Amino acid sequence: MDGASTPLHAKPDVEDSALANDFAVELRDVVKLYGEVAAVDHVTMFIRHNEFFSLLGPSGCGKTTSLRMIAGFERPTSGVIAIDNKLMGATPPFRRDVNTVFQSYALFPHMTVEQNVAFGLQMKGINKDETKRRTQEALELVRLPQLAGRYPKQMSGGQQQRVALARALVNRPKVLLLDEPLGALDLKLRKEMQIELKTLQHQVGITFIYVTHDQEEALTMSDRIAIMSRGKALQIGSPLEIYERPNCRFVADFIGETNFLDGKVIEVRGDFATLELPSGQTFVGRVSEGVRAGAHATLSVRPEKMQLLENASSTAANTYQVTVFSIAYVGSDTRVIINLGAQRIDVWEQNSSSTLNPDDYFFKPGENAWLTFKPENALVLAG
Amino acid sequence: MTNSTIVVMGDRAEYAPPAPERPNLRLGQLSLIAVTLFTFAFLYVPIIVLILFSFNSARTGAVWQGFTLSWYQRLLGNEALLTAAGRSLIIGIVSTAGSVVIGTLTALAMEREHFRAKAVWDGLLYMPVIIPEIVSGVSLLLFFAAGGIERGLLTLVVSHIAFSMPFVYLTVRARLADFDRSIEEAAQDLGADEAKTFWLITLPLLMPGIVSGALLAFTLSIDDFIISFFVTGKGWNTLPIYIWSQLKQGVTPEINAISAVLLLFSVSVIALSLLLQRRRN
Ligand SMILES: Nc1ncnc2c1ncn2[C@@H]1O[C@H](COP(=O)(O)OP(=O)(O)O)[C@@H](O)[C@H]1O
Ligand SMILES: [Mg+2]
Repeated sequence: MDGASTPLHAKPDVEDSALANDFAVELRDVVKLYGEVAAVDHVTMFIRHNEFFSLLGPSGCGKTTSLRMIAGFERPTSGVIAIDNKLMGATPPFRRDVNTVFQSYALFPHMTVEQNVAFGLQMKGINKDETKRRTQEALELVRLPQLAGRYPKQMSGGQQQRVALARALVNRPKVLLLDEPLGALDLKLRKEMQIELKTLQHQVGITFIYVTHDQEEALTMSDRIAIMSRGKALQIGSPLEIYERPNCRFVADFIGETNFLDGKVIEVRGDFATLELPSGQTFVGRVSEGVRAGAHATLSVRPEKMQLLENASSTAANTYQVTVFSIAYVGSDTRVIINLGAQRIDVWEQNSSSTLNPDDYFFKPGENAWLTFKPENALVLAG
Repeated sequence: MTNSTIVVMGDRAEYAPPAPERPNLRLGQLSLIAVTLFTFAFLYVPIIVLILFSFNSARTGAVWQGFTLSWYQRLLGNEALLTAAGRSLIIGIVSTAGSVVIGTLTALAMEREHFRAKAVWDGLLYMPVIIPEIVSGVSLLLFFAAGGIERGLLTLVVSHIAFSMPFVYLTVRARLADFDRSIEEAAQDLGADEAKTFWLITLPLLMPGIVSGALLAFTLSIDDFIISFFVTGKGWNTLPIYIWSQLKQGVTPEINAISAVLLLFSVSVIALSLLLQRRRN
């Protein structure tokens, strides 16, 4: 392994050429083994300056481990990590220009709020006056200046969370690492803090690497998201890209709701592929990486991207007669479950007009209807 | 409780049938109370008598003659006694310091380092608490004799560390068991190196455990007799050994006075430790 921080300009073969060689944080082919288990499995990520970058995935997928390697609490088994274009190697946590907001907050119980927040500045040897001023500023930023004299034990979870945030932000690190910082808060406070955090990130202009297992949280807050599963980063992209162009079945399934139709690829032409179900119907969708004619593949189509019609032409693409199985009125939409042969499909119709007549809401169970969707609204995924 | 409820309860009491006589229960209660009183008497009467007679003007015997402070005044003029008390204090302080350092570091190592057969090592550290003192005394004596080490201050301090260190180890280990290590990581994350993390975070958070262990070690050292008796050298009387040597001439009011002072001292130390712990919480 490399020694202390050394400049990193050895390998310019980064995919994103415009931003090559200038990232807030880079992980290149990072692996972390615990015994036989790969907690992090060949992860490569390039996190841009001032980006709100989220690691999203189910519990145990390696989010915390990734964060701990960036912070310096763990060392990669192999691969390299660079912060602000400097290779970290064995650099200890106290010499890395990153700060962490811990999931448990990890406030110092024997220090007041003010002492907690001032700790980092004192460690940097910043003089008393400036420490006092910046501590005060940081507490104002998280709207807690009146509680400076309290001890952590005397505060609510939400307040402790803000202290943890102030304690990290006061150091003005290059990168702020947040490990499920809102995990312990109730839903209402969580929503408030999401907005506050996002606003704060704009205000302070610091790169945030944010760990969460809550997809809604990740989608609303992030500039980009890395979807992780079993130690691997499956897809990295903007919320839009992740939702609209998932690159694999796991991502499509993990983010939002979707219908999967399994079949065999009979044709790939341009950006589109045609899939044949075992029951004989064919569907066309956008082709994605790794889809080849003759191979098995899955069509993924989201419930809100399909329509149910009373009449349609059976020759149009992706249009079939189906039977309505059940309907549920949920306010903003009506959720219809239909049967296409043995295949169950969820279709959500937006309730765009206001009416009190239940019959106006599409179909009744047992009725026939026509299902249709545009090829560009469906994805053919490999595997 | 408000006035009205008291009135209501009073009204009810008028209608309540008189409580039936329960002679068996009463007898049972009485005998329980008697046993409890006896227990307290058993525990404290000898001590109270000892303290009382330290103020008795009679030179001998169990007859009260009148109040005096002269035995306490005599203590202040008793060269041999004061020397012994001074030695006990020095041995107590030095051995406590030693126990605290060794006990705390051992607890940290046992809690945080990984090595083979940890449970066995842990058990071995607890053992001195249950090894009979007479066995410890004899074995230490043989050990020092075999090593050709002259008996005196050094052997006393080393022996006292040996028997009091496990108590520091135990209390610190208990404190470490619910120690959230992410707090130390937070300190490092904020720029504190290992040494600063230890001094500013780990040590202050362990302090309640260290202090109660230290006070325990100190009181154990101050009043240890058996082990000290074996490992002390010529002319190296500690206070308990001095008291014992004086007993050969029978119980004097002077002995009562020393004992009362020692008692007051121990109780104060324990009270202090409780007070400190309460302040922490
Ligand atoms: N210190 C450790 N020792 C052994 N296994 C660990 C350790 N830390 C994490 N793991 C394992 O690594 C995997 C990823 O853990 P983690 O990064 O904490 O996941 P997440 O934060 O996404 O829930 C899990 O299977 C976990 O059990
Ligand atoms: Mg985690």
